[in-house]
Amino acid sequence: MTKLDSKIPEGNISEKWTNHKFNMKLVNPSNKRKFDIIVVGTGLAGASAAATLGELGYNVKAFTFHDSARRAHSIAAQGGINAAKDYQNDGDSTYRLFYDTIKGGDFRAREANVYRLAEVSSNIIDQCVAQGVPFAREYGGLLDNRSFGGAQVSRTFYARGQTGQQLLLGAVSSLNRQIDIGSVKLFTRREMLDVVIIDGLARGIVVRNLLTGEIEKHSAHAVVLATGGYANVFFLSTNAMNCNATAIWRAHKRGAFFANPCYTQIHPTCIPLHGDAQSKLTLMSESLRNDGRIWVSKKKNDMRNPNDIPEAERDYYLERKYPSYGNLAPRDISSRAAKEVCDEGRGAKGGNAVYLDFSESINRLGQKVIEERYGNLFDMYQNINGENPYKSPMMIYPAPHYVMGGLWVDYNLMSSVPGLFVLGEANFSDHGANRLGASALMQGLADGYFVIPYTMGDYLATTKPVAIKTDHPEFEKVASGVRDLTNKLMSVKGKRTVDDIHKQLGRIMWNKVGMARHEKGLKEAIAEIRELKAEFWKNVTIPGSGNDVNQTLERAGRLADYFELGELIATDALDRNESCGAHFRVEHQFEDGEAKRNDENYSYVAAWEFTGENKWNLHKEELKFEYLKLAVRSYK
Amino acid sequence: MEVKKLNLTLNIWRQKNANSVGSFAEYKVQVSPDASFLEMLDEINDSLEVKGEEAIHFESDCREGICGTCGLVINGQPHGPLPKIATCQLHMRNFKDGETIWVEPFRAKAFPVIKDLMVDRSGFDKILYAGGYVSFNTGGAPDGNAIPISKEISSLAMDAAACIGCGACVAACKNASAMLFVSAKVSQYALLPQGQPERYRRVEQMVAVMDELGFGSCTNTYACEAECPKGISVTNIARMNRDFMMAKIKSKEVEV
Repeated sequence: MTKLDSKIPEGNISEKWTNHKFNMKLVNPSNKRKFDIIVVGTGLAGASAAATLGELGYNVKAFTFHDSARRAHSIAAQGGINAAKDYQNDGDSTYRLFYDTIKGGDFRAREANVYRLAEVSSNIIDQCVAQGVPFAREYGGLLDNRSFGGAQVSRTFYARGQTGQQLLLGAVSSLNRQIDIGSVKLFTRREMLDVVIIDGLARGIVVRNLLTGEIEKHSAHAVVLATGGYANVFFLSTNAMNCNATAIWRAHKRGAFFANPCYTQIHPTCIPLHGDAQSKLTLMSESLRNDGRIWVSKKKNDMRNPNDIPEAERDYYLERKYPSYGNLAPRDISSRAAKEVCDEGRGAKGGNAVYLDFSESINRLGQKVIEERYGNLFDMYQNINGENPYKSPMMIYPAPHYVMGGLWVDYNLMSSVPGLFVLGEANFSDHGANRLGASALMQGLADGYFVIPYTMGDYLATTKPVAIKTDHPEFEKVASGVRDLTNKLMSVKGKRTVDDIHKQLGRIMWNKVGMARHEKGLKEAIAEIRELKAEFWKNVTIPGSGNDVNQTLERAGRLADYFELGELIATDALDRNESCGAHFRVEHQFEDGEAKRNDENYSYVAAWEFTGENKWNLHKEELKFEYLKLAVRSYK
Repeated sequence: MEVKKLNLTLNIWRQKNANSVGSFAEYKVQVSPDASFLEMLDEINDSLEVKGEEAIHFESDCREGICGTCGLVINGQPHGPLPKIATCQLHMRNFKDGETIWVEPFRAKAFPVIKDLMVDRSGFDKILYAGGYVSFNTGGAPDGNAIPISKEISSLAMDAAACIGCGACVAACKNASAMLFVSAKVSQYALLPQGQPERYRRVEQMVAVMDELGFGSCTNTYACEAECPKGISVTNIARMNRDFMMAKIKSKEVEV
């Protein structure tokens, strides 16, 4: 059985990565071209990895289900990217970013990984600037910063409210250059449906060509998954419509351990639900909390218009409860606080929404400054809601946004399957039980630009550049399994649509595996998910053909995986009998409602091994805190 | 709060594949004014799938107006009647009860239809492969503050870089020209110091591929700017034309 070895290098935390880089084996330049590497996903992590590995001289094959690499959902990240540059001279340092990230993650992340992330954060900014990313600048021409949740320094770099777009276009521009040179071959409109493992090593993938329905086999000496997160298991989330867990889930079923699946982040500032037809939820960047103040009425069921509620009758609950961080309290805390006031009946007009109010900032700074900072976000709000946020406060409510959980990886970002690497949101590595704002872009690019180029070499140097051929019987076996699954889905011919069933799964997940979890609810959720899964396989309808463009079939395959993943999330949440970060068990809270961790029993990474339908083995990786002291997280 | 639903008649383009002949099909719907245009299509698809009929194929992803995946021609306008938004941001409250709406794919020689409302826009990426980058390998970048860039220049570069590559400019243009898209990328780098070393080579290479792929010429109708969901300005086209001319002059000098 696979043993969990995190492979954290020896030495002082500030020297681990430097020493490790020296100790890792290298592949000499003329041998690099003998190695093929598959990279699945072209978001920040995937595009930066594929481009950089291509620059180094490997043969890279990159895959995306989009029509273009630049459509990946990293593009929608709004607010910014953190880096410990200390350009503001406000007390930032690598160590402080490391500390903030560990604390923000409620002491459930690996110290060594997080330190490395903080260490390379500055290089990311330099790299992006050199690519021509138009970051916001001061009048003097230097880079501008703003603040984000969970930090008391200004270390967030941004490009208006479109930072993710600009960083992705930067990474994709590097990728495009490698495509032009020929070191990267890009396969668009391909969805990865399985991974091929030969003699215990990841040796390729099987994909569906989304235009022809053809099942294709692709081989390589190593496989990198950078396929993002699984928040769409909730149906309604801020993720893009096509974000899905299929690549990592199928890899999980082939032996890659799944770590901390229950760490799902609910973002505090999203536009509230409008009705049953709703297809997704829209995020309003956390950066808005720099200048917006969050409040609700002190009275229950207050139906007055927000502008008619006098100052004295407003409860600025984040400023009241967390005076030192105020409106910039971390996401998990802000989301729970919003739920709490809405559950009390004090939400906007008695409903599930709180106010995010800019009137004070507009009075202080003028509308022009606010427009400059957040113009596109305000426009977006007005398009969706039909109300002008310059005139009356925004209404916001928490929504599933990001997942800290993902495939388990060691310090080298390799999963429990040798040769299978996992980057970005798809892995579990750096954010513990809660991710801080502006840290996802940082992690995706750190993994792709600065970690995998080194650790990939170390892995390949230990293997021989033997030819891997897709006519190996294992490839055909996996491909025929994928074809069978498609046929099975197409032959159900039932009565319920994919979306209808997915919405029902989403309701189970949101109500019982969402922001507040308890034993009874989690057990019910598991039973309900199994029942729904059985119904899906008896009663789903997928019109059209498997040998053609078929968007319904694409969604059905992803939903089939969500049942199993949903069950694992609930199982993990049930096992973790403590509250920590985004995982809140109502049984474990302090009198004031704050999350109560249980370090003695739960200071571990829960890595789940798939052993058969509805069955998993739990492996525990103990977390050791040698540099930071485990403490009750306080933002008061 | 019950909102009154809108009764609408939709004429939607259906086409089995690139080689078949398409036609409009009529759908009668009742939809909440708070729903988005694409959510209305989701609802129609749900009702089709229940009957075992194939869903209307259209593309969308982020539904926040930033990924550039969606793009429909609604009542003759790319991304519909409102200025500066992508199709996914269009909400039904902008339509009237009883209205008839025509929905078509983006139409251009360089964007062949794949199925129903899906088109192939991979030409855009081929243009980017030809030079839409700064040639620079990971590692070894100087400090981000080593080259100061004025707020004005950086802001102009950002205006150009805001392009989402949706293709509405091509669909809006009577010549199906890709000049706005290409000039936005050319301008971003032409404005910034990082883009200077390859400035003229880049514009020549990108324009050459643009021409090869069958995109039309620019005749200054400004339809592209009017329909651009990000408000990319035609001044970028002027900037690209200047650079392109300069590139020709400079390359001649090299040849002599």
